[in-house]
Amino acid sequence: MGAICALGRNVAETAESLRCGRSGIGPIESADTSQLRFRNGAEVRGYSHQPYFDDRRADFIDRFAQFAVIAAREAVQDSGIELSPALRENATIITGSCVGGQSTEDTGFVEVYKLGHNRVHPLTIPKTMANAGASHISMEFGITGPAFTISTACSSAGHAIGQAFWMIRSGITDLAVTGGSEAPFSFGILKAWEAMRVVSPETCRPFSKDRRGMILGEGAAMLVLEPLEAARARGARIHAEIVGFGMSSDACHITQPSAEGAARAMRAALREAALAPEQIGYINAHGTGTAANDPAEVAAIRAVFGAHADKLAISSTKSMHGHALGAAAALECLAATLALRDGILPPTANFTEPDPDCALDVIPNQARQAQVEYALSNSFAFGGLNAVLALKRAE
Amino acid sequence: MSDDLIQRVLKAIASSKRIPLETVTIDSDFQQLGIDSMDAVEILFALENEFDIAIPDAEVRSVRNVRQMCEGVERLVAARAGCPLGPAASK
Repeated sequence: MGAICALGRNVAETAESLRCGRSGIGPIESADTSQLRFRNGAEVRGYSHQPYFDDRRADFIDRFAQFAVIAAREAVQDSGIELSPALRENATIITGSCVGGQSTEDTGFVEVYKLGHNRVHPLTIPKTMANAGASHISMEFGITGPAFTISTACSSAGHAIGQAFWMIRSGITDLAVTGGSEAPFSFGILKAWEAMRVVSPETCRPFSKDRRGMILGEGAAMLVLEPLEAARARGARIHAEIVGFGMSSDACHITQPSAEGAARAMRAALREAALAPEQIGYINAHGTGTAANDPAEVAAIRAVFGAHADKLAISSTKSMHGHALGAAAALECLAATLALRDGILPPTANFTEPDPDCALDVIPNQARQAQVEYALSNSFAFGGLNAVLALKRAE
Repeated sequence: MSDDLIQRVLKAIASSKRIPLETVTIDSDFQQLGIDSMDAVEILFALENEFDIAIPDAEVRSVRNVRQMCEGVERLVAARAGCPLGPAASK
């Protein structure tokens, strides 16, 4: 596993923040917020490419794709796998990204639309494209097998990890580097989020009665997946096992969530994993902290889990790493993996007051020690495209 | 409240929602008009442009019908007139 986000520059720092319930949300530094209704975000504070890339290489890679490579480096190193020529040729890369190199694009548009210049930097296109993360990971490791990027808004990384899981399980590939990355802090896109009136003017309080919306986040998380037997055979440290993946589409509304759609994705993940609802002990919720998402997600959980819903522990780690859009599901799959591996369930931070419409055990503010066998990681995107991963604690 | 202001609000609602102007009256409520949350943010966007005002989220939460919307717009237009250096002026 590898990560870089508002909670840390690597998995260990991220895990420590999750354990402490320490939120990475603070005043946005990488974009001018003086003309915005909101001021806070979950940034990789003080980020510079310099410890990671030389200046010339960084010229070619937007911040979002830099995050992808940084997380992939840690994940590959952590896996301890030796990338033989045969494995390089067979290995797969699937990344998720929602907005791609938005700040590069924004800079180019300022040149022509605002400053009236007649030319845009020639690297604008290769830096902006959403697949740049996958491409730079492939170049970093010389991986020449299948590589592509999935863009399904807030579910992008969930769909990416799910596809990688299926490709491993079906024997198409022996190794996958998969996850998501995002860096959405540029003025133009922040203005667009402002217009939607879903971003909190203070912090992110999922499932709280006084929640006021989401907080944007950035970063990346990458996982190395391989068949369980192969990982065991080489004596790898296995963090967790992916056992199911469920998808659905709401076919309902372009932004409003549907409890039915969310429930169908959770049921599909359980069905594929051959799990009874009662076997799930923890859900890393989509939990955006908006007025609409949280009650719809709770209703979906109640529909799927029935009486067991009241025994489940659920939390939204978006309260700490923000909503990292195309990277969100990867960060959250990582958080759920850590929860299973370490026996510590991350909390929903910034929680103040229970909401009767969200009345589940949301692990308010303080992490909890609990040995859980199975967990779900929920992602429900704008556009009604849902992705749910089912995870099992490594034996 | 002036008729002009009411007419401009009704027009903003009708054109955003793409419904005939005559179906929107000062007594319509949003549910009746089938206005969902995404329609609502589009209407707010149209009103901000039409009246050169900034509508804070806090002003929006309790608004359920066209009359309340007109009253809110009137308040913000008046506030802007009294305070030319307010947020709308720097738009």
